[in-house]
Amino acid sequence: MIDVWEGILQAFRLVYSLDRDLFEIVLLSLYVTLSAVIVASLIGLPLGAWLAVNRFRFRRATIALLNALMGLPPVVVGLIVYILFSRSGPFGVFGLLFTPTAMIIAQVIIITPLIASIAHQAIRDLWAEYHDLLISLTTSKKQRMKTLIWDARRSLLTASLAGFGRAIGEVGAIMIVGGNIDHVTRVLTTAIALETGKGDFALALGLGFILIGLAIAVNMAIHVLSKTERGGQW
Amino acid sequence: MTTILPLVLENVTVRKRDKTILKDISLNFAPVGFTIVMGPNGSGKTTLLRLMHGLERPRGGSVKWSSSEREARPQQAFVFQTPVMMRRSVIDNIAYPQIAHGVSRATSSSKAADWADNVGLAHVKSIEATNLSGGERQKLAIARALINQPELVFLDEPTTNLDGKSTREIEGILQKAFNGGTRIIMTTHDIGQAKRLATDVVFINRGELCEHSPAEEFFGATQSSAARAYLNGDIVE
Amino acid sequence: MISMVRFLLPLMLMAVPGWVYAAEMRVAVTTSFHNSGLSDVLLPQIKQDLDIDARLIVVGTGQALKLGRAGDVDAILVHSKKAEELFVEEGYGTHRREIMYNDFVIIGPSSDSAKVAAVTSVNAAFSAISASKPIFVSRGDDSGTHRKELALWKLAGLDSNAFEPNWYRAVGSGMGAALNTASGMNAYIMSDRASWLKFKNKGDLKLLFSGDPVLFNQYAYLPVNPAKHPHVHNEMAKALENWLVGKKAQTMIGAYKISDETLFIPNATPN
Repeated sequence: MIDVWEGILQAFRLVYSLDRDLFEIVLLSLYVTLSAVIVASLIGLPLGAWLAVNRFRFRRATIALLNALMGLPPVVVGLIVYILFSRSGPFGVFGLLFTPTAMIIAQVIIITPLIASIAHQAIRDLWAEYHDLLISLTTSKKQRMKTLIWDARRSLLTASLAGFGRAIGEVGAIMIVGGNIDHVTRVLTTAIALETGKGDFALALGLGFILIGLAIAVNMAIHVLSKTERGGQW
Repeated sequence: MTTILPLVLENVTVRKRDKTILKDISLNFAPVGFTIVMGPNGSGKTTLLRLMHGLERPRGGSVKWSSSEREARPQQAFVFQTPVMMRRSVIDNIAYPQIAHGVSRATSSSKAADWADNVGLAHVKSIEATNLSGGERQKLAIARALINQPELVFLDEPTTNLDGKSTREIEGILQKAFNGGTRIIMTTHDIGQAKRLATDVVFINRGELCEHSPAEEFFGATQSSAARAYLNGDIVE
Repeated sequence: MISMVRFLLPLMLMAVPGWVYAAEMRVAVTTSFHNSGLSDVLLPQIKQDLDIDARLIVVGTGQALKLGRAGDVDAILVHSKKAEELFVEEGYGTHRREIMYNDFVIIGPSSDSAKVAAVTSVNAAFSAISASKPIFVSRGDDSGTHRKELALWKLAGLDSNAFEPNWYRAVGSGMGAALNTASGMNAYIMSDRASWLKFKNKGDLKLLFSGDPVLFNQYAYLPVNPAKHPHVHNEMAKALENWLVGKKAQTMIGAYKISDETLFIPNATPN
């Protein structure tokens, strides 16, 4: 019986030996997830702001849909992206299947609704507070969105980090569209799935602890970086 | 320079959720003056200011500027009773209206620094605005209102809940702005403050205009019974 | 430094999709082949001899054939003869080339309540299992191993469709996951020898039956037809095929051992 302790030891052994393959897998995990978070934030944050400051006919329905999409099953997203980017699919000519780019695309689809939804809530609250001031100053809609996004930046950072959290631990979609190819598309989660399949629970668990450590490290680093900016009370 | 004043209100009525807030009000605001709007709680003072600034729409009657409404809006500023502290530094808060109107960052920053100085916030200009005290928040809001040099500034009870020192400082800033040619329309509960600052007084009660008269006249020979009772310190219903 | 390049490579890929794979080809292979570890030995040699980076997509035979049909890989290496012949017949593969074979084994709890260790043929083994109904884990994922297992029930005169789910558990997952399930339930399971030998979570399970020639498992290599999918790297696929059936590769396959056991018997017909 393998116990958790063995996994912790394995994690330390892996980190201590500065295993090159591990280094590569960790970097690819970071590259794929951070790229997805950046792209999803570039879409999701303005979308959240736009939904907060605009009144249109299907606004409520759009927000409800966005909230529902937060629970998109990754495997389904993976399958759809696979079908779209397969050589027989509509975007097959780009040759993106089984590349990190395809993994990024799948993750962007998974986390954009999450980021947009959290961003919308944060910006909606701030907009309620800023409404009279920004109307009084005859700002344009674009200026309002810009102002709200900047001033809600800490809440929006949380939104992006929530997206990061969902993406870094995701395995179903990237397994299908990435193919878990050694040295090309193997990331921490797919490596964990592979080692579990081999029955090597200690190694799988070790990789798991490294994944958790990585998630904590990224969150802390971003926290520290955003704090150094200014010491506000919020 | 085209002026947006005088401002004329003709038979204005404002209703909210079937409740009449302002009823059939006609007023004329001359190009120069420091108007104090007085009246008991719930009389409609805040709504009157918001209406003139365009934040409320009249159900009936009209609000007429001597220019078009489009031209008039950028020439006004509004200091809300609870000013919005934007999530940025004091100086960036003061500079915001400049940035919003397309002034370069460098120009607006140096101008905002001057204004922080003018209102006595120079020592806190780099800290987050949300960390300011009540008096400092009002000063920030006033500096933010004045930085674009509007013709007309509305202020909604800017010194309520402030101590004597802050009140004196804010009155000084407003007096200076008035002397510099800024038209001011402001609400207050403080009769002494009204006496110190007003050139003319608007008194409203239960959404109706009781009187609009020059300050000496209002405080010397008050016409309406409601205003007389209010100045006496009676409860006005 | 190399890792930095690998980190930046995907970035470049984003800018110019498609061109980087000049010396790369993709081969869909079965879990059993990959689990054996043989690919770890062959791939570096392929790189050295042919200067080809063969990228393996490890899936079940069913999905491998699917990837080949869609033109998402350049060649497949699988083990399910009937499905392979259909694949070629339908024009998705140019031809089918036998490379090697390994064998399947029957695994079960050391207590062996079905007495599988005592029988002499796979027919008898499967009959013994269906008679005493211990928990049996089936891949249930349309893989080559799964298809083989279904064929063996049939061969023993049994209808696996009629098995009750209280003992016959189709888990619908890869070899490793199925072995983990069997280990957790202390159940019987059919596995390829390589996956079993490499499996590290054996628990109370042990190898109970093997050696019947019926259990031999032929691997074949099928290049995807460039007539169907013009973008596939057929030249590389051919080069890899020639290398696999060559003397060097065949010797390496025959010499590959885990725990002193030979796993694959090379049987390619030379060019």
